[in-house]
Amino acid sequence: MTEKKRQIIVFLIFAAAALSAPFFLKDSYLITVLIFVGINTILAIGLNLLLGYAGQISLGHAAFFGLGAYISGILTTRFPLDPFLVMILAAFCAGALAFVIGFPILKLKGHYLAMATLGFGIIMYIVFNETVSVTGGPSGLSGIPYLSVGPLVFDNDWNNYYLVWISTLAVMLLAINLTQSRIGRALRAIHDSEVAARVMGVNARILKVQIFTVSAVISAFAGSLYAHVVTFIAPASFGFHFSVELLTMVVVGGLGSIYGSFLGAAILTMLPEFLRVFHDLDIIVYGLMLILMTMFMPGGLVSGIQMVTQYIAARKAKRKDEHAQA
Amino acid sequence: MDNFQQLIQYVLSGLSNGAIYALIGFGFAIIYNATGIINFAQGEFVMLGGMLTIFFLTVFHLPLVPAVLLAVMISTIVGVVFERLAIRPLRNAKPLRLIIITIGASILIRGIAMLVWGKDTHALPAFSSNEPILIAGATMLPQHLWIFGVTVLIIIISRIFFNYTMMGKAMRACAYNAQAAGLVGISVKSMTLISFVISAAIGSMAGIIIAPLTMTSYDVGIMLGLKGFCAVIIGGMSTGFGTVLGGLVLGLLEALGAGFISASYKDAIAFIILLLILFFRPEGLFSKKETERF
Repeated sequence: MTEKKRQIIVFLIFAAAALSAPFFLKDSYLITVLIFVGINTILAIGLNLLLGYAGQISLGHAAFFGLGAYISGILTTRFPLDPFLVMILAAFCAGALAFVIGFPILKLKGHYLAMATLGFGIIMYIVFNETVSVTGGPSGLSGIPYLSVGPLVFDNDWNNYYLVWISTLAVMLLAINLTQSRIGRALRAIHDSEVAARVMGVNARILKVQIFTVSAVISAFAGSLYAHVVTFIAPASFGFHFSVELLTMVVVGGLGSIYGSFLGAAILTMLPEFLRVFHDLDIIVYGLMLILMTMFMPGGLVSGIQMVTQYIAARKAKRKDEHAQA
Repeated sequence: MDNFQQLIQYVLSGLSNGAIYALIGFGFAIIYNATGIINFAQGEFVMLGGMLTIFFLTVFHLPLVPAVLLAVMISTIVGVVFERLAIRPLRNAKPLRLIIITIGASILIRGIAMLVWGKDTHALPAFSSNEPILIAGATMLPQHLWIFGVTVLIIIISRIFFNYTMMGKAMRACAYNAQAAGLVGISVKSMTLISFVISAAIGSMAGIIIAPLTMTSYDVGIMLGLKGFCAVIIGGMSTGFGTVLGGLVLGLLEALGAGFISASYKDAIAFIILLLILFFRPEGLFSKKETERF
């Protein structure tokens, strides 16, 4: 079986599992949780393209998520516009902003890049909070309409689940394709050594800005979805804390792994729902996860799973050898 | 006259905040020069200083001086533990992993502080009287004098340490070239550890002297840390006067901006300055030579 075939099969199995999940879940609460897993998966993939593939950190990605959510929220509550058109507009605006700030910001490296993106994120957070007449300020923006296609209105969990997960699968497919294209290879080259990549003819500067833009567009798309699914948004969801949460998802799941992003998003979204204790301790758990993962499993859970399967395979092979010798 | 008095008032509060930013900035610069790491947990030392002092004052009813000393000592121990457990094992890792691990440490420390002391803001009583002093029609609190005094003292001590003691010179040697410093017999490892010790001590001291003016809570570390970083970026990552000027400029602009433009965007001013400096003069405003920032 070729690598490509194997990947198609893995994706189809994943898609089938994701799309059939609601039929096995009697509990609508669980479906709600899975809707948020889907949205966070989109966000984690967006950040992972930048962080895991191109090796460029962003501590301000919640800002693009917020930008998408606020543009969709504000325009669809104030004006009789088509939400899907607004969604495209929101993604475009976030992309344009990322493109413009991308050039100066991505000239910076490592720690400086982290600080600059963090600063950008906090500026946007302050703007969401302080432009009260537009965004509703700290008390938030409510009454955002549900999405609808003809007679189909996405106003219940079941419909929203499919809306979000079909979008999630589409983003996954796009990301998988992107990372395996020429661009994906170039990004990994930049990750390993920017100088070497440039020597090989990769235009690192442009490429970094492009992937930053793609990543922002994906985040804004998730923001628009979030706004229409929840119908209420407030700045607290788009602050530094959420940027760190996204970072944790990507690191826990696995840097440079699309399915890892799903795994990280699923774990970090579900933990607080099922562990009541977690509510007070969440930032301690995030901190510990970041430290322990970075120290002992830098490839994330995905690499951990690979290590375990390889270990089991090696033991099986060894046992076979022993049997053969006996 | 009224406007003039206001101006003086803003300048005063700007300068005292600026002195704090400069101290926090020093903490960044000391670790950066020794290890090449920007310590995202720097702000947490500041938070720990203030919170621990209040803790010792109110729970153990200690007098101010022992409470301050204990607070600085414990923050320093946290710095040492952090270096030994998280930084040393990853000495040769890529920046990305180091960034993530210091962010992890910072939210871990913040989380533990929240668990221990709760989410409330606390006030530290002023060191001496609360009687305002009148200067040119503006009022100044004795705490402002404490801030200026302690800041100047710390700057003088660190000058003497870095220029005239063997250990300080060894640390500077590591900053110039760690490999060469190792060759002449300087233990780079212990210099790294010492840089965390000094930086945690200065950071917590900054947190202690500002706490009576601005109140403190488990999450003050984010903002104060970032503003200290802004100061040190303006100063070009130096442990010298560049950073002091950087802190004062930032404090002044913030106070004037908040006073004359809009108080709600006060915090945004620091970050806009941070971004502008990073975009256009990443080597800092006061340094002449081009430096590469990898």
